[in-house]
Amino acid sequence: MTLPSSIPPMGQRDKLLEMSNVDKVFGGNVVALKDMNLTVNQGDFISLLGPSGCGKSTALRLISGLMRPTSGHINWEGGQKTGDLGVVFQEPTLMPWATVEQNVWLPFRLRGKSLADVQDEIMWALKMVGLEKFQKSYPRELSGGMKMRVSIARSLVTEPRLILMDEPFAALDEITRHKLNNDLLELRDKLKCTVIFVTHSVFESVFLSDRIVVMAARPGRVSSEVTVDAPYPRTEEFRTSADYAELCRKASDALHGAMNEHGARASA
Amino acid sequence: MSTTDMNTAAIVDEEELRYARAEKREKIAKWLLPVVVIALAVFLWDRMVVWNDIPHYILPGPGLVLETLIQDWGMLSDALIVTLKITLAALAVAVVGGVGLAILFTQSRYFEMSFYPFAVILQVTPVVSIAPLIFIYVDSRIAGLLLCAWIVAFFPILSNTTLGLNSTDHNLRDLYKIYGATRWQRLRYLQLPTALPYFLGGLRIAGGLSLIGAVVAEYVAGTGGIGSGLAFRILEAGYRLNIPRMFAALLLIAATGVVIFTAASLLSHALLHKWHESAIKRES
Ligand SMILES: Nc1ncnc2c1ncn2[C@@H]1O[C@H](COP(=O)(O)OP(=O)(O)OP(=O)(O)O)[C@@H](O)[C@H]1O
Ligand SMILES: [Mg+2]
Repeated sequence: MTLPSSIPPMGQRDKLLEMSNVDKVFGGNVVALKDMNLTVNQGDFISLLGPSGCGKSTALRLISGLMRPTSGHINWEGGQKTGDLGVVFQEPTLMPWATVEQNVWLPFRLRGKSLADVQDEIMWALKMVGLEKFQKSYPRELSGGMKMRVSIARSLVTEPRLILMDEPFAALDEITRHKLNNDLLELRDKLKCTVIFVTHSVFESVFLSDRIVVMAARPGRVSSEVTVDAPYPRTEEFRTSADYAELCRKASDALHGAMNEHGARASA
Repeated sequence: MSTTDMNTAAIVDEEELRYARAEKREKIAKWLLPVVVIALAVFLWDRMVVWNDIPHYILPGPGLVLETLIQDWGMLSDALIVTLKITLAALAVAVVGGVGLAILFTQSRYFEMSFYPFAVILQVTPVVSIAPLIFIYVDSRIAGLLLCAWIVAFFPILSNTTLGLNSTDHNLRDLYKIYGATRWQRLRYLQLPTALPYFLGGLRIAGGLSLIGAVVAEYVAGTGGIGSGLAFRILEAGYRLNIPRMFAALLLIAATGVVIFTAASLLSHALLHKWHESAIKRES
Protein backbone atom coordinates (compact mmCIF):
# COMPACT_ATOMS: atom_id res chain seq x y z
CA MET A 1 0.00 0.00 0.00
CA THR A 2 1.48 3.28 -1.09
CA LEU A 3 0.53 6.09 1.20
CA PRO A 4 1.86 9.61 1.19
CA SER A 5 4.17 10.12 4.14
CA SER A 6 2.22 13.04 5.52
CA ILE A 7 -0.57 15.42 4.67
CA PRO A 8 0.85 18.75 3.48
CA PRO A 9 -0.39 21.86 5.28
CA MET A 10 -3.48 23.57 3.93
CA GLY A 11 -2.72 25.77 0.95
CA GLN A 12 -0.12 23.33 -0.37
CA ARG A 13 -2.46 20.47 -1.17
CA ASP A 14 -3.21 19.19 -4.65
CA LYS A 15 -6.71 19.64 -5.92
CA LEU A 16 -8.87 16.51 -5.90
CA LEU A 17 -12.29 17.63 -6.96
CA GLU A 18 -14.16 20.78 -7.78
CA MET A 19 -17.85 21.64 -7.66
CA SER A 20 -18.53 24.70 -9.73
CA ASN A 21 -21.81 26.61 -9.91
CA VAL A 22 -23.79 23.52 -9.03
CA ASP A 23 -27.57 23.84 -8.88
CA LYS A 24 -29.89 21.04 -7.93
CA VAL A 25 -33.62 21.46 -8.38
CA PHE A 26 -36.09 18.74 -7.44
CA GLY A 27 -39.39 18.38 -9.23
CA GLY A 28 -38.98 21.66 -11.06
CA ASN A 29 -39.47 23.89 -8.01
CA VAL A 30 -37.64 22.65 -4.91
CA VAL A 31 -34.25 24.33 -5.07
CA ALA A 32 -32.06 22.09 -2.91
CA LEU A 33 -28.75 23.68 -3.95
CA LYS A 34 -28.14 27.03 -5.57
CA ASP A 35 -24.80 27.96 -7.10
CA MET A 36 -22.67 25.79 -4.85
CA ASN A 37 -18.92 26.05 -5.23
CA LEU A 38 -16.47 23.86 -3.37
CA THR A 39 -12.90 22.85 -3.99
CA VAL A 40 -11.76 19.68 -2.29
CA ASN A 41 -8.01 19.14 -1.94
CA GLN A 42 -6.18 15.91 -1.28
CA GLY A 43 -5.92 15.38 2.46
CA ASP A 44 -8.71 17.78 3.38
CA PHE A 45 -11.01 16.81 6.20
CA ILE A 46 -14.06 18.88 5.36
CA SER A 47 -17.17 19.10 7.51
CA LEU A 48 -20.40 20.22 5.93
CA LEU A 49 -22.26 21.97 8.72
CA GLY A 50 -25.72 23.44 8.38
CA PRO A 51 -29.35 23.38 9.45
CA SER A 52 -31.63 20.54 8.43
CA GLY A 53 -32.72 20.74 4.80
CA CYS A 54 -29.85 22.95 3.62
CA GLY A 55 -28.78 20.35 1.06
CA LYS A 56 -25.85 18.61 2.75
CA SER A 57 -27.00 15.14 1.78
CA THR A 58 -27.85 16.39 -1.67
CA ALA A 59 -24.30 17.70 -2.08
CA LEU A 60 -22.89 14.30 -1.09
CA ARG A 61 -25.22 12.47 -3.44
CA LEU A 62 -24.11 14.73 -6.27
CA ILE A 63 -20.44 14.10 -5.52
CA SER A 64 -21.03 10.36 -5.27
CA GLY A 65 -22.63 10.40 -8.70
CA LEU A 66 -25.98 9.08 -7.48
CA MET A 67 -27.59 12.19 -8.94
CA ARG A 68 -26.64 14.62 -11.69
CA PRO A 69 -26.60 18.35 -11.03
CA THR A 70 -29.38 20.34 -12.70
CA SER A 71 -26.67 22.69 -13.86
CA GLY A 72 -22.99 23.23 -13.11
CA HIS A 73 -20.14 20.73 -12.99
CA ILE A 74 -18.36 18.38 -10.65
CA ASN A 75 -14.88 17.60 -11.92
CA TRP A 76 -12.45 15.05 -10.52
CA GLU A 77 -8.81 15.80 -11.02
CA GLY A 78 -7.65 13.14 -13.48
CA GLY A 79 -11.16 11.76 -13.89
CA GLN A 80 -13.07 9.48 -11.56
CA LYS A 81 -12.27 5.80 -11.44
CA THR A 82 -14.12 2.92 -9.78
CA GLY A 83 -12.92 2.52 -6.25
CA ASP A 84 -12.19 6.23 -5.91
CA LEU A 85 -15.08 6.63 -3.56
CA GLY A 86 -16.02 5.24 -0.18
CA VAL A 87 -19.33 6.06 1.48
CA VAL A 88 -20.66 5.78 5.00
CA PHE A 89 -24.32 6.47 5.68
CA GLN A 90 -26.09 7.45 8.86
CA GLU A 91 -27.12 3.82 9.34
CA PRO A 92 -24.45 1.13 9.11
CA THR A 93 -26.21 -0.24 6.01
CA LEU A 94 -24.85 -3.76 6.27
CA MET A 95 -26.30 -6.82 4.61
CA PRO A 96 -27.72 -8.82 7.53
CA TRP A 97 -27.33 -12.17 5.74
CA ALA A 98 -23.61 -11.66 5.20
CA THR A 99 -20.78 -11.92 7.70
CA VAL A 100 -18.57 -8.97 8.57
CA GLU A 101 -15.89 -9.98 6.08
CA GLN A 102 -18.44 -10.60 3.35
CA ASN A 103 -19.85 -7.14 3.93
CA VAL A 104 -16.43 -5.56 3.66
CA TRP A 105 -15.78 -7.65 0.56
CA LEU A 106 -18.72 -6.02 -1.27
CA PRO A 107 -16.87 -3.30 -3.26
CA PHE A 108 -14.43 -5.92 -4.53
CA ARG A 109 -17.06 -8.54 -5.10
CA LEU A 110 -18.93 -6.17 -7.40
CA ARG A 111 -15.75 -5.89 -9.41
CA GLY A 112 -15.57 -9.64 -9.77
CA LYS A 113 -12.86 -10.36 -7.22
CA SER A 114 -13.17 -13.48 -5.11
CA LEU A 115 -13.06 -13.34 -1.33
CA ALA A 116 -9.79 -15.26 -1.28
CA ASP A 117 -8.16 -12.79 -3.67
CA VAL A 118 -8.78 -9.81 -1.43
CA GLN A 119 -8.52 -11.48 1.96
CA ASP A 120 -5.47 -9.38 2.80
CA GLU A 121 -7.19 -6.11 1.99
CA ILE A 122 -10.24 -7.10 4.00
CA MET A 123 -8.18 -8.07 7.04
CA TRP A 124 -6.21 -4.86 6.74
CA ALA A 125 -9.41 -2.78 6.72
CA LEU A 126 -10.88 -4.71 9.64
CA LYS A 127 -7.67 -4.25 11.58
CA MET A 128 -7.86 -0.54 10.86
CA VAL A 129 -11.18 -0.34 12.67
CA GLY A 130 -10.20 -2.86 15.35
CA LEU A 131 -12.57 -5.64 14.32
CA GLU A 132 -10.17 -8.28 13.02
CA LYS A 133 -11.55 -10.79 15.52
CA PHE A 134 -15.09 -10.41 14.25
CA GLN A 135 -14.64 -11.28 10.59
CA LYS A 136 -16.98 -14.27 10.79
CA SER A 137 -19.66 -12.58 12.91
CA TYR A 138 -23.04 -11.56 11.60
CA PRO A 139 -24.12 -7.90 11.94
CA ARG A 140 -26.82 -8.79 14.47
CA GLU A 141 -24.13 -10.00 16.84
CA LEU A 142 -22.47 -6.57 16.91
CA SER A 143 -23.25 -3.38 18.81
CA GLY A 144 -24.28 -0.21 17.01
CA GLY A 145 -20.77 1.22 17.23
CA MET A 146 -19.21 -1.98 15.91
CA LYS A 147 -21.60 -2.07 12.97
CA MET A 148 -20.58 1.47 12.15
CA ARG A 149 -16.93 0.37 12.22
CA VAL A 150 -17.69 -2.39 9.73
CA SER A 151 -19.32 0.21 7.53
CA ILE A 152 -16.20 2.36 7.78
CA ALA A 153 -13.97 -0.62 7.01
CA ARG A 154 -16.01 -1.28 3.90
CA SER A 155 -15.67 2.35 2.82
CA LEU A 156 -11.88 2.29 3.04
CA VAL A 157 -11.10 -1.23 1.87
CA THR A 158 -10.57 -0.06 -1.71
CA GLU A 159 -8.26 2.74 -0.51
CA PRO A 160 -10.51 5.37 -2.07
CA ARG A 161 -9.32 8.86 -2.91
CA LEU A 162 -12.37 10.32 -1.17
CA ILE A 163 -14.58 9.13 1.67
CA LEU A 164 -18.07 10.61 2.02
CA MET A 165 -19.74 10.35 5.39
CA ASP A 166 -23.33 11.48 5.93
CA GLU A 167 -23.89 11.96 9.67
CA PRO A 168 -22.34 8.58 10.36
CA PHE A 169 -22.36 8.85 14.14
CA ALA A 170 -25.61 10.77 14.65
CA ALA A 171 -27.49 7.72 15.87
CA LEU A 172 -24.87 6.67 18.40
CA ASP A 173 -24.56 7.58 22.05
CA GLU A 174 -22.10 10.29 23.00
CA ILE A 175 -19.45 8.01 24.50
CA THR A 176 -19.37 5.80 21.43
CA ARG A 177 -19.38 8.86 19.20
CA HIS A 178 -16.33 10.35 20.92
CA LYS A 179 -14.53 7.05 20.65
CA LEU A 180 -15.31 6.75 16.95
CA ASN A 181 -14.31 10.38 16.38
CA ASN A 182 -10.91 9.66 17.91
CA ASP A 183 -10.54 6.49 15.86
CA LEU A 184 -11.56 8.24 12.69
CA LEU A 185 -8.83 10.83 13.14
CA GLU A 186 -6.32 8.10 13.82
CA LEU A 187 -7.38 6.37 10.63
CA ARG A 188 -7.11 9.55 8.67
CA ASP A 189 -3.64 10.07 10.06
CA LYS A 190 -2.60 6.59 8.94
CA LEU A 191 -4.31 6.63 5.55
CA LYS A 192 -3.90 10.32 4.65
CA CYS A 193 -7.33 10.07 3.12
CA THR A 194 -9.64 12.87 2.08
CA VAL A 195 -12.94 13.06 3.91
CA ILE A 196 -16.16 15.01 3.49
CA PHE A 197 -18.13 14.65 6.68
CA VAL A 198 -21.72 15.84 7.11
CA THR A 199 -22.76 16.71 10.63
CA HIS A 200 -25.24 18.72 12.66
CA SER A 201 -22.83 19.05 15.52
CA VAL A 202 -20.60 22.10 15.83
CA PHE A 203 -18.42 20.25 18.36
CA GLU A 204 -17.94 17.24 16.14
CA SER A 205 -17.06 19.35 13.13
CA VAL A 206 -14.44 21.35 15.06
CA PHE A 207 -12.89 18.29 16.60
CA LEU A 208 -12.56 16.40 13.33
CA SER A 209 -12.02 18.73 10.46
CA ASP A 210 -9.53 21.27 9.18
CA ARG A 211 -12.17 22.96 7.06
CA ILE A 212 -15.76 23.58 8.12
CA VAL A 213 -18.00 24.53 5.25
CA VAL A 214 -21.06 26.21 6.73
CA MET A 215 -24.20 25.98 4.62
CA ALA A 216 -27.39 28.01 4.60
CA ALA A 217 -30.85 26.82 3.64
CA ARG A 218 -33.56 27.84 1.18
CA PRO A 219 -31.91 27.75 -1.22
CA GLY A 220 -29.06 25.52 -0.05
CA ARG A 221 -25.69 27.16 -0.56
CA VAL A 222 -22.28 27.68 1.02
CA SER A 223 -22.52 30.51 3.52
CA SER A 224 -19.01 30.67 4.90
CA GLU A 225 -15.96 28.61 5.67
CA VAL A 226 -14.23 28.25 9.03
CA THR A 227 -10.64 27.05 9.07
CA VAL A 228 -9.69 24.91 12.05
CA ASP A 229 -5.95 25.43 12.31
CA ALA A 230 -5.40 23.28 15.39
CA PRO A 231 -2.69 20.71 14.69
CA TYR A 232 -3.25 16.97 14.35
CA PRO A 233 -3.10 14.52 16.02
CA ARG A 234 -5.98 15.74 18.12
CA THR A 235 -6.69 13.88 21.29
CA GLU A 236 -9.07 14.04 24.22
CA GLU A 237 -6.92 16.87 25.54
CA PHE A 238 -7.88 19.01 22.57
CA ARG A 239 -11.54 18.51 23.48
CA THR A 240 -11.04 20.29 26.79
CA SER A 241 -8.62 22.97 25.60
CA ALA A 242 -9.35 26.70 25.40
CA ASP A 243 -8.48 26.61 21.68
CA TYR A 244 -11.23 24.12 21.10
CA ALA A 245 -13.78 26.22 22.97
CA GLU A 246 -12.78 29.29 20.99
CA LEU A 247 -13.03 27.42 17.66
CA CYS A 248 -16.43 26.05 18.61
CA ARG A 249 -17.61 29.57 19.35
CA LYS A 250 -16.36 30.71 15.96
CA ALA A 251 -18.06 27.84 14.12
CA SER A 252 -21.23 28.34 16.11
CA ASP A 253 -21.30 32.03 15.20
CA ALA A 254 -20.84 31.14 11.55
CA LEU A 255 -23.70 28.66 11.77
CA HIS A 256 -26.01 31.22 13.37
CA GLY A 257 -24.95 33.70 10.74
CA ALA A 258 -25.96 31.21 8.07
CA MET A 259 -29.30 30.61 9.72
CA ASN A 260 -30.09 34.34 9.90
CA GLU A 261 -28.93 35.14 6.42
CA HIS A 262 -31.22 37.16 4.23
CA GLY A 263 -33.62 34.89 2.44
CA ALA A 264 -33.51 32.20 5.07
CA ARG A 265 -36.69 31.58 6.98
CA ALA A 266 -36.21 30.72 10.62
CA SER A 267 -36.04 26.97 10.60
CA ALA A 268 -36.20 24.74 13.60
CA MET B 1 -15.57 -5.90 49.14
CA SER B 2 -14.86 -9.48 48.29
CA THR B 3 -17.99 -10.70 50.05
CA THR B 4 -20.22 -8.41 48.02
CA ASP B 5 -18.48 -9.66 44.90
CA MET B 6 -19.23 -13.20 45.88
CA ASN B 7 -22.82 -12.28 46.56
CA THR B 8 -23.35 -10.72 43.17
CA ALA B 9 -21.68 -13.68 41.54
CA ALA B 10 -24.03 -16.01 43.37
CA ILE B 11 -27.06 -13.95 42.37
CA VAL B 12 -26.03 -13.91 38.75
CA ASP B 13 -25.52 -17.65 38.89
CA GLU B 14 -28.94 -18.21 40.33
CA GLU B 15 -30.56 -15.97 37.77
CA GLU B 16 -28.78 -17.75 34.99
CA LEU B 17 -29.90 -21.10 36.31
CA ARG B 18 -33.45 -19.88 36.57
CA TYR B 19 -33.28 -18.67 33.01
CA ALA B 20 -31.91 -22.00 31.81
CA ARG B 21 -34.65 -23.82 33.68
CA ALA B 22 -37.34 -21.64 32.15
CA GLU B 23 -35.93 -22.23 28.71
CA LYS B 24 -35.90 -25.97 29.20
CA ARG B 25 -39.45 -25.90 30.49
CA GLU B 26 -40.57 -23.98 27.43
CA LYS B 27 -38.86 -26.40 25.10
CA ILE B 28 -40.65 -29.36 26.64
CA ALA B 29 -43.98 -27.54 26.76
CA LYS B 30 -43.71 -26.67 23.09
CA TRP B 31 -43.95 -30.35 22.21
CA LEU B 32 -45.84 -31.71 25.15
CA LEU B 33 -48.79 -29.31 25.17
CA PRO B 34 -50.00 -29.93 21.60
CA VAL B 35 -49.60 -33.68 22.06
CA VAL B 36 -51.61 -33.61 25.29
CA VAL B 37 -54.36 -31.47 23.78
CA ILE B 38 -54.66 -33.69 20.71
CA ALA B 39 -54.67 -36.83 22.84
CA LEU B 40 -57.38 -35.29 24.98
CA ALA B 41 -59.48 -34.42 21.94
CA VAL B 42 -59.16 -37.97 20.56
CA PHE B 43 -60.09 -39.36 23.95
CA LEU B 44 -63.20 -37.15 24.15
CA TRP B 45 -64.14 -38.15 20.62
CA ASP B 46 -63.89 -41.79 21.60
CA ARG B 47 -65.90 -41.29 24.80
CA MET B 48 -68.60 -39.36 22.99
CA VAL B 49 -69.08 -42.16 20.52
CA VAL B 50 -69.20 -44.77 23.27
CA TRP B 51 -71.36 -42.87 25.76
CA ASN B 52 -73.93 -41.77 23.19
CA ASP B 53 -73.94 -45.08 21.35
CA ILE B 54 -73.38 -43.33 18.04
CA PRO B 55 -73.51 -45.85 15.19
CA HIS B 56 -70.28 -46.12 13.21
CA TYR B 57 -71.97 -45.15 9.89
CA ILE B 58 -72.62 -41.74 11.44
CA LEU B 59 -69.50 -41.14 13.50
CA PRO B 60 -66.86 -43.86 13.86
CA GLY B 61 -64.62 -43.81 16.92
CA PRO B 62 -60.91 -43.19 16.57
CA GLY B 63 -60.14 -46.86 17.09
CA LEU B 64 -62.29 -47.88 14.15
CA VAL B 65 -60.75 -45.18 11.95
CA LEU B 66 -57.30 -46.49 12.76
CA GLU B 67 -58.42 -50.03 12.07
CA THR B 68 -59.83 -49.00 8.69
CA LEU B 69 -56.65 -47.14 7.91
CA ILE B 70 -54.63 -50.29 8.45
CA GLN B 71 -57.12 -52.52 6.67
CA ASP B 72 -57.43 -50.29 3.60
CA TRP B 73 -53.79 -49.27 3.62
CA GLY B 74 -53.14 -50.79 0.21
CA MET B 75 -55.75 -48.66 -1.52
CA LEU B 76 -55.30 -45.58 0.64
CA SER B 77 -51.53 -45.49 0.34
CA ASP B 78 -51.81 -45.62 -3.45
CA ALA B 79 -54.25 -42.73 -3.30
CA LEU B 80 -51.96 -40.87 -0.91
CA ILE B 81 -49.06 -41.19 -3.32
CA VAL B 82 -51.17 -39.84 -6.17
CA THR B 83 -52.31 -36.82 -4.16
CA LEU B 84 -48.84 -36.25 -2.82
CA LYS B 85 -47.31 -36.32 -6.30
CA ILE B 86 -49.76 -33.77 -7.62
CA THR B 87 -49.36 -31.54 -4.57
CA LEU B 88 -45.57 -31.53 -4.69
CA ALA B 89 -45.42 -31.13 -8.45
CA ALA B 90 -47.83 -28.19 -8.23
CA LEU B 91 -45.77 -26.67 -5.44
CA ALA B 92 -42.57 -27.07 -7.43
CA VAL B 93 -44.09 -25.44 -10.50
CA ALA B 94 -45.54 -22.70 -8.28
CA VAL B 95 -42.11 -21.99 -6.82
CA VAL B 96 -40.40 -21.86 -10.21
CA GLY B 97 -43.24 -19.91 -11.83
CA GLY B 98 -43.83 -17.59 -8.87
CA VAL B 99 -40.19 -16.71 -8.34
CA GLY B 100 -39.50 -16.46 -12.06
CA LEU B 101 -42.44 -14.16 -12.64
CA ALA B 102 -41.51 -12.07 -9.59
CA ILE B 103 -38.00 -11.59 -10.96
CA LEU B 104 -39.40 -10.56 -14.34
CA PHE B 105 -41.76 -8.15 -12.58
CA THR B 106 -38.92 -6.41 -10.78
CA GLN B 107 -36.82 -6.22 -13.94
CA SER B 108 -39.46 -4.41 -15.91
CA ARG B 109 -42.24 -2.22 -14.58
CA TYR B 110 -44.11 -2.49 -17.87
CA PHE B 111 -44.05 -6.25 -17.68
CA GLU B 112 -45.44 -6.03 -14.18
CA MET B 113 -48.14 -3.57 -15.21
CA SER B 114 -49.15 -5.88 -18.06
CA PHE B 115 -49.27 -9.16 -16.23
CA TYR B 116 -49.94 -8.47 -12.57
CA PRO B 117 -53.70 -8.04 -13.19
CA PHE B 118 -53.78 -11.49 -14.78
CA ALA B 119 -52.19 -13.00 -11.71
CA VAL B 120 -54.74 -11.25 -9.51
CA ILE B 121 -57.67 -12.44 -11.63
CA LEU B 122 -56.38 -16.00 -11.43
CA GLN B 123 -56.05 -15.65 -7.71
CA VAL B 124 -59.42 -14.12 -6.87
CA THR B 125 -61.47 -16.49 -9.04
CA PRO B 126 -62.31 -19.52 -6.86
CA VAL B 127 -60.57 -22.57 -8.26
CA VAL B 128 -63.75 -24.66 -7.91
CA SER B 129 -65.34 -22.48 -10.53
CA ILE B 130 -62.49 -22.69 -13.00
CA ALA B 131 -61.74 -26.37 -12.50
CA PRO B 132 -64.67 -27.78 -14.53
CA LEU B 133 -63.57 -25.69 -17.50
CA ILE B 134 -60.00 -26.84 -17.11
CA PHE B 135 -61.10 -30.45 -17.24
CA ILE B 136 -63.05 -29.76 -20.41
CA TYR B 137 -60.09 -28.17 -22.19
CA VAL B 138 -57.24 -30.22 -20.80
CA ASP B 139 -57.24 -33.81 -21.93
CA SER B 140 -54.78 -35.24 -19.47
CA ARG B 141 -56.33 -35.66 -16.04
CA ILE B 142 -53.00 -35.29 -14.30
CA ALA B 143 -52.23 -32.10 -16.19
CA GLY B 144 -55.65 -30.72 -15.24
CA LEU B 145 -55.15 -31.50 -11.57
CA LEU B 146 -51.70 -30.00 -11.67
CA LEU B 147 -52.97 -26.85 -13.31
CA CYS B 148 -55.70 -26.37 -10.70
CA ALA B 149 -53.33 -26.91 -7.80
CA TRP B 150 -50.79 -24.57 -9.39
CA ILE B 151 -53.30 -21.75 -9.86
CA VAL B 152 -54.08 -21.82 -6.15
CA ALA B 153 -50.51 -22.19 -4.97
CA PHE B 154 -48.48 -19.83 -7.07
CA PHE B 155 -49.96 -16.48 -6.09
CA PRO B 156 -48.63 -16.25 -2.52
CA ILE B 157 -45.18 -17.07 -3.83
CA LEU B 158 -45.43 -14.50 -6.58
CA SER B 159 -46.77 -11.70 -4.40
CA ASN B 160 -44.47 -12.38 -1.45
CA THR B 161 -41.37 -12.70 -3.60
CA THR B 162 -42.23 -9.54 -5.54
CA LEU B 163 -42.66 -7.67 -2.28
CA GLY B 164 -39.34 -9.04 -1.04
CA LEU B 165 -37.44 -8.15 -4.19
CA ASN B 166 -38.74 -4.60 -3.87
CA SER B 167 -37.94 -4.30 -0.17
CA THR B 168 -34.21 -3.77 -0.45
CA ASP B 169 -32.74 -1.15 1.84
CA HIS B 170 -32.50 2.07 -0.16
CA ASN B 171 -29.07 2.89 1.23
CA LEU B 172 -27.78 -0.50 0.15
CA ARG B 173 -29.24 0.12 -3.28
CA ASP B 174 -27.37 3.42 -3.43
CA LEU B 175 -24.20 1.69 -2.31
CA TYR B 176 -24.50 -0.90 -5.08
CA LYS B 177 -25.01 1.91 -7.55
CA ILE B 178 -21.96 3.81 -6.33
CA TYR B 179 -19.86 0.67 -6.64
CA GLY B 180 -21.10 0.18 -10.19
CA ALA B 181 -23.04 -3.06 -9.67
CA THR B 182 -24.70 -4.59 -12.70
CA ARG B 183 -28.40 -5.47 -12.69
CA TRP B 184 -27.52 -9.12 -12.35
CA GLN B 185 -25.21 -8.47 -9.39
CA ARG B 186 -27.84 -6.39 -7.68
CA LEU B 187 -30.42 -9.12 -8.20
CA ARG B 188 -28.16 -11.89 -7.03
CA TYR B 189 -26.34 -10.32 -4.09
CA LEU B 190 -28.95 -7.87 -2.85
CA GLN B 191 -32.49 -8.50 -4.01
CA LEU B 192 -32.66 -12.28 -3.80
CA PRO B 193 -31.25 -12.47 -0.25
CA THR B 194 -33.60 -9.67 0.82
CA ALA B 195 -36.52 -11.55 -0.70
CA LEU B 196 -35.63 -14.91 0.88
CA PRO B 197 -37.61 -14.50 4.13
CA TYR B 198 -40.61 -13.19 2.18
CA PHE B 199 -40.38 -16.09 -0.26
CA LEU B 200 -40.21 -18.61 2.57
CA GLY B 201 -43.31 -17.08 4.14
CA GLY B 202 -45.05 -17.49 0.80
CA LEU B 203 -43.82 -21.06 0.52
CA ARG B 204 -45.40 -22.01 3.82
CA ILE B 205 -48.76 -20.73 2.63
CA ALA B 206 -48.35 -22.19 -0.85
CA GLY B 207 -47.56 -25.65 0.54
CA GLY B 208 -50.94 -25.82 2.23
CA LEU B 209 -52.70 -24.27 -0.74
CA SER B 210 -51.27 -26.70 -3.27
CA LEU B 211 -52.71 -29.55 -1.19
CA ILE B 212 -56.06 -27.79 -1.08
CA GLY B 213 -55.86 -27.16 -4.83
CA ALA B 214 -55.07 -30.81 -5.53
CA VAL B 215 -57.94 -32.04 -3.35
CA VAL B 216 -60.48 -29.60 -4.75
CA ALA B 217 -59.47 -30.43 -8.31
CA GLU B 218 -59.89 -34.12 -7.61
CA TYR B 219 -63.39 -33.53 -6.29
CA VAL B 220 -64.25 -31.68 -9.45
CA ALA B 221 -62.57 -34.16 -11.77
CA GLY B 222 -64.51 -36.85 -9.97
CA THR B 223 -63.39 -39.76 -12.13
CA GLY B 224 -62.13 -42.84 -10.39
CA GLY B 225 -60.07 -45.79 -11.37
CA ILE B 226 -56.47 -46.69 -10.79
CA GLY B 227 -54.86 -43.27 -10.66
CA SER B 228 -57.24 -41.64 -8.19
CA GLY B 229 -56.15 -39.71 -5.14
CA LEU B 230 -57.36 -39.33 -1.60
CA ALA B 231 -60.12 -36.86 -2.38
CA PHE B 232 -61.70 -39.24 -4.82
CA ARG B 233 -61.49 -42.02 -2.26
CA ILE B 234 -63.40 -39.84 0.18
CA LEU B 235 -66.10 -39.16 -2.40
CA GLU B 236 -66.34 -42.80 -3.26
CA ALA B 237 -66.49 -43.91 0.37
CA GLY B 238 -69.19 -41.29 0.94
CA TYR B 239 -71.38 -42.79 -1.80
CA ARG B 240 -70.94 -46.18 -0.20
CA LEU B 241 -71.61 -44.80 3.28
CA ASN B 242 -68.22 -46.12 4.37
CA ILE B 243 -67.74 -43.37 6.91
CA PRO B 244 -64.71 -44.91 8.66
CA ARG B 245 -62.82 -44.92 5.37
CA MET B 246 -63.76 -41.29 4.78
CA PHE B 247 -62.23 -40.47 8.13
CA ALA B 248 -59.13 -42.53 7.40
CA ALA B 249 -58.56 -40.72 4.10
CA LEU B 250 -59.24 -37.40 5.78
CA LEU B 251 -56.67 -38.25 8.42
CA LEU B 252 -54.09 -38.87 5.71
CA ILE B 253 -54.84 -35.54 4.02
CA ALA B 254 -54.52 -33.66 7.30
CA ALA B 255 -51.27 -35.45 8.11
CA THR B 256 -49.92 -34.56 4.66
CA GLY B 257 -50.75 -30.91 5.26
CA VAL B 258 -49.00 -30.94 8.61
CA VAL B 259 -45.92 -32.61 7.14
CA ILE B 260 -45.69 -30.07 4.31
CA PHE B 261 -46.09 -27.16 6.70
CA THR B 262 -43.49 -28.57 9.06
CA ALA B 263 -41.04 -29.19 6.24
CA ALA B 264 -41.45 -25.62 5.02
CA SER B 265 -40.95 -24.29 8.55
CA LEU B 266 -37.82 -26.36 9.03
CA LEU B 267 -36.43 -25.18 5.71
CA SER B 268 -37.18 -21.61 6.72
CA HIS B 269 -35.38 -22.04 10.02
CA ALA B 270 -32.40 -23.71 8.39
CA LEU B 271 -31.96 -20.88 5.91
CA LEU B 272 -32.66 -17.95 8.20
CA HIS B 273 -31.59 -18.82 11.72
CA LYS B 274 -28.17 -17.26 11.36
CA TRP B 275 -29.33 -13.79 10.50
CA HIS B 276 -33.03 -13.10 10.25
CA GLU B 277 -35.01 -11.50 13.08
CA SER B 278 -37.87 -13.97 12.76
CA ALA B 279 -35.59 -16.89 13.54
CA ILE B 280 -33.62 -15.30 16.35
CA LYS B 281 -34.64 -15.95 19.90
CA ARG B 282 -33.91 -13.08 22.21
CA GLU B 283 -33.87 -13.01 25.95
CA SER B 284 -36.72 -10.85 27.10
N1 LIG C 1 -35.37 13.25 -3.83
C1 LIG C 1 -35.85 14.46 -3.48
N2 LIG C 1 -36.98 14.91 -4.04
C2 LIG C 1 -37.46 16.13 -3.69
N3 LIG C 1 -36.91 16.93 -2.81
C3 LIG C 1 -35.77 16.54 -2.20
C4 LIG C 1 -35.19 15.26 -2.50
N4 LIG C 1 -34.07 15.11 -1.76
C5 LIG C 1 -33.98 16.23 -1.03
N5 LIG C 1 -34.99 17.09 -1.29
C6 LIG C 1 -35.16 18.42 -0.70
O1 LIG C 1 -33.96 19.12 -0.84
C7 LIG C 1 -33.67 19.86 0.32
C8 LIG C 1 -32.30 19.47 0.86
O2 LIG C 1 -32.37 18.13 1.33
P1 LIG C 1 -31.12 17.38 1.97
O3 LIG C 1 -31.57 16.01 2.32
O4 LIG C 1 -29.95 17.50 1.08
O5 LIG C 1 -30.89 18.23 3.29
P2 LIG C 1 -29.85 17.95 4.48
O6 LIG C 1 -29.05 19.17 4.64
O7 LIG C 1 -29.13 16.69 4.27
O8 LIG C 1 -30.85 17.81 5.70
P3 LIG C 1 -30.68 16.91 7.02
O9 LIG C 1 -29.69 17.61 7.87
O10 LIG C 1 -32.05 16.92 7.63
O11 LIG C 1 -30.25 15.57 6.59
C9 LIG C 1 -34.78 19.60 1.29
O12 LIG C 1 -35.68 20.70 1.23
C10 LIG C 1 -35.46 18.37 0.79
O13 LIG C 1 -36.81 18.40 1.05
MG1 LIG D 1 -29.11 14.70 5.28
